[in-house]
Amino acid sequence: MAMVERKTLSRRVFLAANTLLLILIAFVCFAPFLHVFMASISDPALVEANHSIILWPLGKVSPKAYELVFKNDNIFIGYRNTLFYVIVGTVLSAFLSLLAGYVMSRKRCRWRNGFAFFITFTMMFHAGMIPTFIMVKNYGLVNTRWAVILPTAVSVYNTIIMRTSIAAVPDSLEESAHIDGAGDWVILFRIIFPLVKSTFAVIVLFYAVSKWNSWFEAMIYLTQRRDLYPLQLFLREILVQAKAASSADSDVVLYETLQKYATIIVSTLPILCVYPFVQKYFVQGVMIGSVKG
Amino acid sequence: MKNVSVSAPAVQKKTFADRVRLEIRTSGALYIMALPVILYYLLFRYIPMFGTVMAFQKFNIAKGIFGSPWIGFDNFITFFNSYYFVRLLRNTVLISLTDLVFNFPAPIIFALLLNEVNNRWFKKTVQTISYMPYFVSIVVLCGLVIDFCQAGGVISNAFSLLFGESVNLMSKPEYFRTIFVGSNIWQGLGYGSIVYIAALTSVDQELYEAAVIDGAGRWKQTIHITIPSIMPTIIILLILRMGSILDVGYEKVMLLYNPATYETADVISTFVYRKGFVDYDYSYSTAVGLFNSVINLCLLTLTNYVSRRAGEISLF
Repeated sequence: MAMVERKTLSRRVFLAANTLLLILIAFVCFAPFLHVFMASISDPALVEANHSIILWPLGKVSPKAYELVFKNDNIFIGYRNTLFYVIVGTVLSAFLSLLAGYVMSRKRCRWRNGFAFFITFTMMFHAGMIPTFIMVKNYGLVNTRWAVILPTAVSVYNTIIMRTSIAAVPDSLEESAHIDGAGDWVILFRIIFPLVKSTFAVIVLFYAVSKWNSWFEAMIYLTQRRDLYPLQLFLREILVQAKAASSADSDVVLYETLQKYATIIVSTLPILCVYPFVQKYFVQGVMIGSVKG
Repeated sequence: MKNVSVSAPAVQKKTFADRVRLEIRTSGALYIMALPVILYYLLFRYIPMFGTVMAFQKFNIAKGIFGSPWIGFDNFITFFNSYYFVRLLRNTVLISLTDLVFNFPAPIIFALLLNEVNNRWFKKTVQTISYMPYFVSIVVLCGLVIDFCQAGGVISNAFSLLFGESVNLMSKPEYFRTIFVGSNIWQGLGYGSIVYIAALTSVDQELYEAAVIDGAGRWKQTIHITIPSIMPTIIILLILRMGSILDVGYEKVMLLYNPATYETADVISTFVYRKGFVDYDYSYSTAVGLFNSVINLCLLTLTNYVSRRAGEISLF
């Protein structure tokens, strides 16, 4: 607030309490990351004996848990598959949303409202898990990579974000291009796209995050193809189902918890490193999304 | 006179083929652009909707939808009469409402508190840290929750300081909702506050100056200026949220629950999953899923209707 204010005693007390509370909130948001990271490089026996939050490494710092994680082929297989799903899936999805958003925003297109309803209705009524599964199975997609990519290819929400942004481009630009003889493809990619690039970046980000996070489709569609599992499914086995690696190696048993922690760091750190660079797009995306679609 | 009578039918007599040709020339590309998306929705959304007829059949995968015998509403009657119906509905609504009651206002309060901070660096830092949990995947989040809440885990131990021995909180039905909602708040607080923080920065500063002249303190300013200014944002987000009362984050429930906590944790979607993919009772699972979809559709239509009546805000 840029204005001059009288700082009364109660105001001062409030500000101090508020600052403390916000520091506490920030700490709670950050503490689990710190705990997991510090524990992962600590002495396993000390971590086992410790029962409170770990804010600095216990005992001798060692990268042993990480060595064990990198020995686990599943992490590599998972990362490789997830990269495929995120890259191919995001390119496909974002492209489809761009096309649909463009069509829905063309005023001269008489069926655009029908088309928009055709899409948004699917948000209101779901076919349900089993009918969708049976159809995907009938299409022959089960146990292929495409079962992870195709059934969730287009998001209504992202498509509407795209439409809203394209509709905001002045009609005059399209009209003058039309007079010059440009077709829809040229108008979309040469004229509209450069103007909606930042919204496109937002939906690319939204798609990428949801594909990175996704595990449920892979679980129901890839029942017989462990080699196609995304990282999240392997993480589920390690972190949620707590399937310990069966091994006679005493290190594996000793390092079970630490290995979990190291796995969390290995699977989350890349995202946290990218995040400062994409934060701006996220903020922008939330803003567009909250405006009426 | 003659001219008119000749040219008027000529305009009307533009054949269907002519019109198609004109349409293709002027907007053929639009059809090509829309085609893949239409195909996607047909194949993966609309055709499966017809598959829901198996809810009214004794579905046999070998005979398919066209060969399986019809049994009418039997699956629905079985479901409504079963012990699970009340339990699932209760859990779904309770988890969703608890989440709404705590998780909806939390980001608003957080944004209001941040708004009181004068130091921009401090504000920015707290904000940035608060977004971090959002970037943890659901699976990792649930892994963390399970690790912290198991016997000997950090949260479980902190809990034991208050209530005695350290137990596995994940196997206590009475704590499931708290754990679910608590972890949602942890993950969504910062991210959810983005939109409110933005709304707060666009409040007209002159209003505050006028209020100060009128002798209003900070509290009064918050009540009479700040909150009314962000009210439209709050309402539209609330409407969006209300439409999906039965849409609990079932993926998260599935990762966090276990047979020991089914009593309070099992929701309609997780039940649909187990009936379908564990027990292979396709028809029954589809029937329960259809019930869920229909209720959802009604809720969405209702909230949209109410919001349209209440103000100019509508979603469709």
